[in-house]
Amino acid sequence: MKILFLMSSVPDTTSKINFTENNTKFDESGIQYVINPHDEFGLTKAMQLKEKFGGEVVVLHVGTAKSDAVIRKVLAIGADRAVRIDADPQDSYYTAVQIADYLNKHNDFDLIIAGKESLDYNGGMVHGLVAAMSGLKFVNAVIGLDVLEDGKVSVAREIDGGKEVLEITLPLIIGGQKGLVKEEELRIPNMRGIMMARKKPLEVIPAIEAPAKTKIEKFEKPAPKGSIKLVDKDNLDELIDLLHNEAKVI
Amino acid sequence: MSILIYAESQNGKVAKSAKELASYAKAYGDKTGQDVVAVGIGLANAEELFNHGVNKVLNVENEALKVFNAFAYADVVKAAAEQVGADLVIINDSNDAVYMGPVLAEKLDAGYVSQVISLPEDTDDFVVKRKVFSNKGIAYTAVLTGKKLLRLSKNAFGLVENPVSGVIESFAPEVDLSVYDAYKIVSVEKATGKISLTDADIVVSAGRGMKGPENWGMIEELAEVLGAATACSKPVADLGWRPHQEHVGQTGKQVAPNLYIAVGISGAIQHLAGVNSSKNMLVINNDPEAPFFKAADYGVVGDAFEVVPKLIEKLKAFKNQ
Repeated sequence: MKILFLMSSVPDTTSKINFTENNTKFDESGIQYVINPHDEFGLTKAMQLKEKFGGEVVVLHVGTAKSDAVIRKVLAIGADRAVRIDADPQDSYYTAVQIADYLNKHNDFDLIIAGKESLDYNGGMVHGLVAAMSGLKFVNAVIGLDVLEDGKVSVAREIDGGKEVLEITLPLIIGGQKGLVKEEELRIPNMRGIMMARKKPLEVIPAIEAPAKTKIEKFEKPAPKGSIKLVDKDNLDELIDLLHNEAKVI
Repeated sequence: MSILIYAESQNGKVAKSAKELASYAKAYGDKTGQDVVAVGIGLANAEELFNHGVNKVLNVENEALKVFNAFAYADVVKAAAEQVGADLVIINDSNDAVYMGPVLAEKLDAGYVSQVISLPEDTDDFVVKRKVFSNKGIAYTAVLTGKKLLRLSKNAFGLVENPVSGVIESFAPEVDLSVYDAYKIVSVEKATGKISLTDADIVVSAGRGMKGPENWGMIEELAEVLGAATACSKPVADLGWRPHQEHVGQTGKQVAPNLYIAVGISGAIQHLAGVNSSKNMLVINNDPEAPFFKAADYGVVGDAFEVVPKLIEKLKAFKNQ
C-alpha cells in the first residue's frame, strides 16, 4: 500500500499566541513547532498499515525550510521519505493547488491521509479541496479505517451524535482525527528512528504559480474576559439567580 | 441576486443552525439589498425559516437524497446557487457541513472562509472575522473572489426574529447519484434520546477532580436537570473514565454552548481552546488558583462532591417553580 501523509506543522498546543508587525503577522518568537495533533493519529495509522501490508509512506508538506525539523520527526517516526513543496503558503486554496499538482504528477497513491484541520489556522479545508481538485474520493473526520478485500476499505466517520461506517474502493483521501488510532498507540521517535531519519531523503521541489482566494489583513486577540463573578458555595441561590436573570441561560 | 444559506435538516426538521444562518444572512442582506434564499433537503417545517428573514426556501423532496453525501449535497447547493444567482453562500459547522464545505467551495469556484464569527465589515471590501489558533486569535480575512462561501461558527451570531413573507418551492436539481454507490453506507450509530454534545445549549463537563468514573452519577443528574449534554476533559477520556466522544478541548470536540459548566477541571490551555467560544462559563473547583477561574464568567470555589448535589436540589426547586 502506497500512502501519502499530508503533514501540517503547527505551534505547540501550549503556545501563547501573539501577533507582530502591527498585528499583521503571527509572532513566531519562542514558538516550538510540532506535528499537527490531528495529523499524528493519521501518521500512526499509516505506519500500522505499512507494517501490515507493506508498501511505502511518503510525507508531503507545503512550507518553508523552517518546517524541516518537524518533517525529520515524521521520518524518525517511520515515514520512508519526505517531499517538501517550497512555499510560504498564502491560504488554504494555494496549499491545496500545490498538493493537487503533486498528486497529478504522482498518481499511484492508494491512500492520502491528512488531519481534519490544522491547529494554527483551523481552516479544515485543504484536504477536501485537494480531493475536489483531483477527483479523488474523500471522507472527513475519520475515526476508524480497516482494509477489506479487493482494494476496499471500511471507513468510520464522526457524525453529530454518533458515527457512520462507509465502504469505499481506494484510492481515497481522509481527514483523520482522534479515534483513527488509540491515543496510547501514538508513536514518538526513538533514538534509532532519529538516527535513521538523518539518512532518509527529503526532496525539496518548487511550488507552482497559484493564486490565493483569501487574504488575512490583520489579526487580533479575543477580547479579554470580564472578571469572574464568584458565588459562595453556601449561597447557590445567587448562582441560580445570575444564570437565570443575568446570563439568561436557564 | 440573493444570498443562499444551506438549511440543514435534523430528523426532517429545520436545524437550529439554519435559523442562525438565516439571521446572519438577513442582517447582511439588509445592508446590500439582497434577499435570502435557503436550500434544504426534506424539510418538513421549512416555513419556520420565514420567521428569521428567509424569503424563499428551495426544498428538495427526492428520496434518494434524504441521506447525506458530501458530493451529492454540494451538487444540490451549487445548483441552488446557480438558480437564484447567489454569489454568497453560507453553511453551518456540523460534521456533515464541515465535510461538504471544501467540496462545495471547489464546485462553486468560491473563496472559502471557515470559522466565521462576524458579518462582513462593509459591503465593498468583503472582510470577515474568523477564529484562528484554536480560539486564541482572530483573523480579519478578505475574500478575493467574486463567489464566496462562508462557514459560520455555531452561536457566533445567534438567532434573530425577523418575520417576512416567504414561499416554499419544490426543488429538483440534477445530481449525480452514483456517488451513493461509491460511498456505500454500511452502518450508522446514533445515540438516541441523548442530547448531542455539539447541539446542546448547555454542557456539563467534568474532569479528574471527580476522582473516578463511579462518581459521574451527579454529573449526569446535573445534566439531566438542565437538559444538558455531558462532556469531559482529555485526561478523563484517556483514563477511560468516560467515552472518547465526550472529550472536549483542542484535540477533542470544540463546543460553543450558551452555558458550559466545568466541574473539577483545572482549565489547561488546551482544554480552554475547545470551550472558550461558549457564551457563558461556570466553573466549580475546590482550588481557587485553578486557571479556569481566570477564563470563566461565574465560579464557585468548593468541593464538587458538596456543591454539585446542592446545586441539583436548588435547580430542581427552581425548575418546579
